[in-house]
Amino acid sequence: MLTVNNLAVHYGVIEAIREVSFEVKEGEIVSLIGANGAGKSTILKAVSGLIRPSQGEIVYEGTPITTATPKQIVEKGISQVPEGRHIFSGMTVLENLEMGAFLRKDKNEVEKDLQLVFDRFPILKERKNQDAATLSGGEQQMVAMGRALMSRPRLLLLDEPSMGLAPILIKEIFHIIEEINRTGTTVLLIEQNAKMALKIANRGYVLETGNVVQTGTGEELLESDIIQKAYLGG
Amino acid sequence: MKLINKTTIGWLVVAIAGFLVLQLAVTTGIISAYYEITLVTILINIILAVGLNLIIGFSGQFSLGHAGFMAIGAYTAGIITKYFPTYTGLFLGILAGVILTSIVALIVGIPTLRLKGDYLAIATLGVAEIIRIVIVNMQSVTNGAAGLSGIPYLSKWPLIYVFTVLTILLVANYTQSSPGRATIAIREDEIAAESMGVNTTKYKTIAFILGAATAAIGGALHASYFSVIRPGDFTFNKSVDVLIIVVFGGIGSITGSVVAAILLGFLNVFLQPFGALRMIIYALALIGIMIFKPSGLLGNKEFTVSGLLRLFNRKSAQGEG
Repeated sequence: MLTVNNLAVHYGVIEAIREVSFEVKEGEIVSLIGANGAGKSTILKAVSGLIRPSQGEIVYEGTPITTATPKQIVEKGISQVPEGRHIFSGMTVLENLEMGAFLRKDKNEVEKDLQLVFDRFPILKERKNQDAATLSGGEQQMVAMGRALMSRPRLLLLDEPSMGLAPILIKEIFHIIEEINRTGTTVLLIEQNAKMALKIANRGYVLETGNVVQTGTGEELLESDIIQKAYLGG
Repeated sequence: MKLINKTTIGWLVVAIAGFLVLQLAVTTGIISAYYEITLVTILINIILAVGLNLIIGFSGQFSLGHAGFMAIGAYTAGIITKYFPTYTGLFLGILAGVILTSIVALIVGIPTLRLKGDYLAIATLGVAEIIRIVIVNMQSVTNGAAGLSGIPYLSKWPLIYVFTVLTILLVANYTQSSPGRATIAIREDEIAAESMGVNTTKYKTIAFILGAATAAIGGALHASYFSVIRPGDFTFNKSVDVLIIVVFGGIGSITGSVVAAILLGFLNVFLQPFGALRMIIYALALIGIMIFKPSGLLGNKEFTVSGLLRLFNRKSAQGEG
């Protein structure tokens, strides 16, 4: 579904990632894990068109999207939950969710999707007229995820959904990610929380300073030395 | 863009009521010729402030170039009405001013709106100065630093009032529309807006152009009412005056801009007898507002008919209970 070949991104002269290649197949959950500064978010930004790669190719369903604008990419069915949530804090929960469907013209279907989001996150229905800024961190993460789902994506990009959340909430968020995947949305997940991310993933890639250093199924990676040492304290 | 919604109807009712009250005050002589100048100044300030609020309050771009756009409108309308001293001439002048200003704003906006915060403020400030200096040096067309005089007095206060209402309607409706929502999203979080597929440059530029175009309307009406315009009327100080109204009323509140323009207009009149003390009291009032209500008089709240009805319902419910 999504193929990334030899991707390199530079911020000025600084090379953030180099020769990163990975693949996401339809229906999968794929996790990219790595420490701070490994280039995880950069990859996601390149896929969603927020930054322009200096080299390499991103192919989505057979068409290259390397130079597409964020708008075109959203229209193709890729939606992003940015790192640190980036909700519209001055808007209500409902307005936030409606912004997610900004490019959609099929108003009736949008209404249906809104109900689906409310079914998935009942707390958001209760708080729909509340300013998003007044929500807790977990609820804000739900707004960000619900908002991304409102564009009815076929591929959902999640950047550090566990950031700054209590362990019990992290569990819930990951459970929701599995649920979203089960209903037919392919998920590309970026995480520092390697254990949780690999547990729910079909496959994973380990990044270190801008390079993919290991790949395998979620279970394989969980067992592997590199993960045990670097992330799980084994 | 839907033209009839609750907000629009609310504004229209208020606008017509306001007009009737003003008309009554003018015919009975409560508003003398002297106070009419205050009235017109307030109305033009409302046009300018509402337009600037669209740029600063709704799209979140800090512009200090409003006086420059106002100058283009004023000079274009002034020159055209001098050749065609009729209402057709005035409307042509306003239209030409709006178009010219929009073109300038587009040319300026596309490169500068990539800048953020202070940088954008300085860039727009520079643009306004360039516009002023161009006007000063285009001696043959603009009569240079001495300014244009003898511009036909065509925009009587009711006409200015109508334009004020139209400007407010335009901006209020734009902020309620889908592009308006996108504009607010950019203000709230540019990265998130972009990942929702909002073309941020496009909506920032549209807001900038709309704001500049309303400044041109304000400038044109100013020229046509006061008959005399000089480049010195459109300095940095004028941009700051408008900015003060926007901040005073509440960044992101159209109602706030209207209320602030009226209050500051009155304050100016009442402080007239105090001479030099006037500016000190004026400044103290502004400092006071910023200390006690940093978000401005109205924050980002708006006046709506539905809101008013809700308030009445709540009051009457309390009265019964």
